[in-house]
Amino acid sequence: MTEEGNPAPAPRSMFDRMRERLVPDGLPEDDRGRIRMVVNSLVLHLHPAKVPERTLRWTYSWGLGGLSAVLMMLLGVTGIILLNNYTPAVPQAYLDILELRSNVWFGELIRNLHHWSANLLIIVAVLHLVRVFLTGAYRPPRELNWLIGAGMLVLVLAANFTGYLLPWDQLAFWAITVGTSILSYVPLAGEWLSRLALGGPEVGGNTLLNFYSMHISFIPLLIFALMSYHFWRVRKDGGLTMPRGLDEAEPPISERVTTIPHLVRKELVFALAWIAALLVFAMLVPAPLEDIANPDVSPNPAKAPWYFLGLQELLLHFHPLVAGIILPGLAALAVFMLPFFDTNPASVGVYFRSRRGRSLTFLSAGLALVLTPLWVLLDEYLLNWSAWLPGWPALLSNGLIPLAVLLLPLFLLDEWLVRSFKADTEERVLFIAGFVFTAFLILTAVGIFFRGPGMGLYWPWELPVAGH
Amino acid sequence: MTESLPDRKPSRRDFLKLIWAVFGGAAAVEAAGIFIAYLQPRLAEGEFGSRITVGMVDDFPAGSVTHIPNGRLYLVRLPDGGFLAIYHRCTHLGCTVPWDQALGKFVCPCHNSQFDMPGNVENPPAPRALDLFQLTIENNEIKVDTGTVLQRQAFDETQVVYA
Ligand code: HEM
Ligand code: FES
Repeated sequence: MTEEGNPAPAPRSMFDRMRERLVPDGLPEDDRGRIRMVVNSLVLHLHPAKVPERTLRWTYSWGLGGLSAVLMMLLGVTGIILLNNYTPAVPQAYLDILELRSNVWFGELIRNLHHWSANLLIIVAVLHLVRVFLTGAYRPPRELNWLIGAGMLVLVLAANFTGYLLPWDQLAFWAITVGTSILSYVPLAGEWLSRLALGGPEVGGNTLLNFYSMHISFIPLLIFALMSYHFWRVRKDGGLTMPRGLDEAEPPISERVTTIPHLVRKELVFALAWIAALLVFAMLVPAPLEDIANPDVSPNPAKAPWYFLGLQELLLHFHPLVAGIILPGLAALAVFMLPFFDTNPASVGVYFRSRRGRSLTFLSAGLALVLTPLWVLLDEYLLNWSAWLPGWPALLSNGLIPLAVLLLPLFLLDEWLVRSFKADTEERVLFIAGFVFTAFLILTAVGIFFRGPGMGLYWPWELPVAGH
Repeated sequence: MTESLPDRKPSRRDFLKLIWAVFGGAAAVEAAGIFIAYLQPRLAEGEFGSRITVGMVDDFPAGSVTHIPNGRLYLVRLPDGGFLAIYHRCTHLGCTVPWDQALGKFVCPCHNSQFDMPGNVENPPAPRALDLFQLTIENNEIKVDTGTVLQRQAFDETQVVYA
């Protein structure tokens, strides 16, 4: 083409000139062109020009971070469309949703897409966190990106929670009532905080307006800003951590390939496949909607959004200060501190750190799998701390004392690991995190599948169908 | 340029920097204050939050529990004839607690807290007795001030109002 040095003849037709001006370079055909395209493009420059082949392995990252980003885009687009048919007022909000379902072209589809993407995002972001945790990818120099990721997870939960109220049905009203009441247990500032969030003493029109404004402006803006920074930091910190097998002693040298097409093609296929799958799902499964909110009648059972049911399960067993503030606070503190005390660079990129690490993780998860349901049953049918300690303040009898009794075995197990196995920091971290995370998953499952009317324990097939 | 010594006297530049920092900090605090003040609840006019008239003393037999939806409360007349105005909101996490006539107690559908007729906790997780509103009786007319929620640990005689 132009290789001989004589410039190509000026394009003759109008369409040639249009193509020339609108898509100046066409698609690059050699590696140099591909590299330049990444460097010069606004979107693509979040990527490096070349990436080590190994980090592209599907079974390392599972594409979970990328999928989170895809879901955020989908949420942004469907959210903006939904805005055109929604009024944040009582009772118009609910009527608008009814209207959307019955009278707006594709209204139901858009709502379903938004709903299911939002729920999937929580699962995917948590799995992403788990994979970053299991591969030790939070260690120096990636501490900051771990914290940003954790911050985004909190924001994603906040976005989901504020969005949950918007349909103004019974589900929304009571989930938010229960969820925000936890705030009032914050020592000293509790009542004030809860009034601030609700815009009054109870969930009402002001709450709807507050949540709406947070849901459509502040939270998504912050997430998108942090997301851009998160991606840029991945680049800055030297790309993804290098995957390594359990038995490979040295981080392997991996051939570097150009981002285009090797990475970008994978990303596109992956994104398209997920979008297609979500579309099908949204066509088949409608997002739930119950009767209009009625402040006089709490449904039985009244459950928080599913991702808070682990927390709600804790609230059944402990004083709210312990279950709603102290335990989540400790967990947040642990996530925050993790990259600063668990820093061994030698095992970064290895799932479970080592064979022993893997055994310990499975051991702890297995223990939690057995002990958590056992404890739920015991506490439901046998333990009755407040009756055994009559006259004690509820915070002690129904909170700190049972908590201490529960934490003791975990502490002893940890002590046993150190004494008998000379477990080091990273092994203890795996063990404790494996236990706590599994226990939380099980509590969540109990809350979703085994809690029925009066919050009693039921078999899943005995549960009344929600809304009927 | 002179090297800055550890204990040199503050220069004009340091002083200006300090001034900037102080004013900048003050501006940030003010902005945050304005934002929080702006978000303060708008006063809810209307039924709930004001003083409402519930009915006449004789409308309520002794040992009865009557839901007053627009006041968000239960008018409880104890067996001895005394009155209590009990906020219908669960002290655990805010669900509306129905009165179960058959069991003779309040049973919360959300996490199964149970309260007896005067509002005492019979079954946790609720941490304290149901809240009260101030109740007054003028010329046999029962009035309840729903503007202020009165928290209590447990029921005692001083809370009861007699006609
Ligand atoms: C909205 C939510 C999130 C989005 C869109 C997102 C996106 C991404 C993407 C695209 C990557 C590249 C590698 C991969 O796909 O695994 C990544 C890496 C990373 N993410 Fe996230 N992420 C999110 C949440 C989180 C959370 C919750 C954490 C942990 C607290 C986290 C911590 C990290 C870290 C440390 C890396 C570097 C991993 C490595 O180098 O191996 N991110 N993220
Ligand atoms: S809100 Fe009543 S028991 Fe939890």
